[in-house]
Amino acid sequence: MSDTAIKVDKVYKRFKLPHEKITSIKTLFTQGFRRKKGYEVQHALEDISFEIKKGEFFGIVGRNGSGKSTLLKMLAGIYQPTKGSIRTEGKLVPFIELGVGFNPELTGRENVYLNGALLGFSKKEIDAMYDDIVAFAELERFMDQKLKNYSSGMQVRLAFSVATRAKADVLLIDEVLAVGDADFQRKCYDYFKKLKKTDTTIVFVTHDMNAVKTFCDRAMLIENGEITSYGKVDDVADDYLRLFSGDSKATTKSTVKRWGSGDIKIENIELKASNLEITIDVSLSAPRTSIEEFVVGYNFRNSDGTMIMGGNNLNAISGAGKLSLQKHSHKKLTFTTPNFLGTGEYSLDVIVRDVNTTIFDKWEGAANLKVTKSESYYPTVAYATVKSMEVTPKHE
Amino acid sequence: MLEKIKERYTYSAILLRELVITDFKLRYQSSILGYVWSLLRPLALFIILYFVFVKFLRVGESIEHFPVYLLLGIVIWNYFSEVTNNGVSAIVSRGDLLRKLNFPKYVIILAGSFSALINLGLNFLVVIMFAVYNDVSLMSSIIWLPVLVIELFIFSLSMAFLLGALFVKIRDVNYIWEVIMQGAFYATPILYPISIIPELAQKILILNPMAQIIQDIRYVAITHESATIGTVYGNEWMRLVPLGIVALITVVAITYFRAQSKHFAEEV
Repeated sequence: MSDTAIKVDKVYKRFKLPHEKITSIKTLFTQGFRRKKGYEVQHALEDISFEIKKGEFFGIVGRNGSGKSTLLKMLAGIYQPTKGSIRTEGKLVPFIELGVGFNPELTGRENVYLNGALLGFSKKEIDAMYDDIVAFAELERFMDQKLKNYSSGMQVRLAFSVATRAKADVLLIDEVLAVGDADFQRKCYDYFKKLKKTDTTIVFVTHDMNAVKTFCDRAMLIENGEITSYGKVDDVADDYLRLFSGDSKATTKSTVKRWGSGDIKIENIELKASNLEITIDVSLSAPRTSIEEFVVGYNFRNSDGTMIMGGNNLNAISGAGKLSLQKHSHKKLTFTTPNFLGTGEYSLDVIVRDVNTTIFDKWEGAANLKVTKSESYYPTVAYATVKSMEVTPKHE
Repeated sequence: MLEKIKERYTYSAILLRELVITDFKLRYQSSILGYVWSLLRPLALFIILYFVFVKFLRVGESIEHFPVYLLLGIVIWNYFSEVTNNGVSAIVSRGDLLRKLNFPKYVIILAGSFSALINLGLNFLVVIMFAVYNDVSLMSSIIWLPVLVIELFIFSLSMAFLLGALFVKIRDVNYIWEVIMQGAFYATPILYPISIIPELAQKILILNPMAQIIQDIRYVAITHESATIGTVYGNEWMRLVPLGIVALITVVAITYFRAQSKHFAEEV
């Protein structure tokens, strides 16, 4: 007996995705003989090797479609690897998803027995723990109702309550945190905490970096079917988050609506963004007169024109102070703000005005920002700064 | 090693039990008469066929207890038809489960087969009631009944394995099987005594395992007038042919199902 619970050695998984699947005799005759290459090979996993030690809480993270669930299914023995080998030691419970085999036409009670049987419990064993299961799910009054009359939250609670009874040497858990409300998630966390104290080996697939950091001893990141990060939990979580940081795309817009008195002119606006941070560079000049004091602000509006987020040099924490501009001089302001925007498309307005409300120059729709955040990942530190820089006038 | 095998089979047994129970619960769930339907259906068919064949066409007057003989044939055929028809779609219809859980796939087919067997048991009760009413005398040959039921069980189950695995690959199988079953119903001496067809046809048809099983069960349970392979050929050794067919189909079915079952999850 070694101390390895799961050993995955150079595993490849390819799916043949037929363009038109030959599933009837007619297509077999009309297409099968032509022997055209009727399918596309999808490389779901490429050369995956790793080991999980006994008693380890091991996290697998990755984007949607990266191959992590395919990997979990191969660990469970549901899919066969195309190449390579997977060895597992000890009894394995393929607790892949919650509520497997639940039948809406059966009552809650009957579903507990059915679901329990799928997890390997005999009727006697479930008899013994039935009351606990129901109490944990807080569904005492509903057990004799058909499952189809349950709310989805109730179904999840029941499924989870049964699933937490699973006893095995190796547990495979897939994205259970993705369902359920805050109360349910707290229950999940408690369950994981309890699991961590036992010597059960756990393979845990999730998007929740918090959970990975809290529970996992080690983790790995899968990207496009390959392991791109493996080992320390914090490193893997950082690498995972980095995958999303490039997803905010700023583009300049050609159709800018612009007006103002022109005492201060916006020369150029440059928008840069990551999922963590947004940077706006605004270049200004005073073509006619010197301006004692002025204010520069920006707004992000969403696609229906509602203002979502904005700021100016006055409300920034480390501000540039009072802004003034000499005649014929240039200035560049750099606004930095955490990217609190959720997935969506935004357009940027920049306004230069005096301390009252006279607008010197306003660009409406100066740039576009497209934000793609595949989950609620927001920067944790709230800060906003603005930097002011004198620019030597260019000779025009 | 032995532990592991035991563990595997315990799991299968637990699953099997739960799937059979579920199947039974769901079957007549929202109907008023419920389980009574599993008795009423073959009875209704029997009544129709009885009037058509016995009263109007006057088939089977040469055979004593013909109504019971007819009912028994229908009941056995219904079992075969139920197991195989369920078997065709059994794997595909559990696709959701297959993609989420690794469990012995044969349990699905086996469960369908067992719930049909329970049904067969209930139907046999009806046959017994009719037999008592018709004064069918109990013969010592009845001791062969369990052997024949086992043959029926194995043959039906093997066909279900084969069809279920084939259906995953070729989705025409259910239609093809439907047509085959319709033809086979008339090619099997269920409604008529086999003696009324030409001798050559008798010799061919009786080699079909279902014909052999039905005729043999009628022979051991109701009347020795039921023609069996022995009486058609005058040679008991010919019995090896249907037995051989059953054995061959069983081996092919198990081999094919085992080879295919690994990939069910990806293909359903």
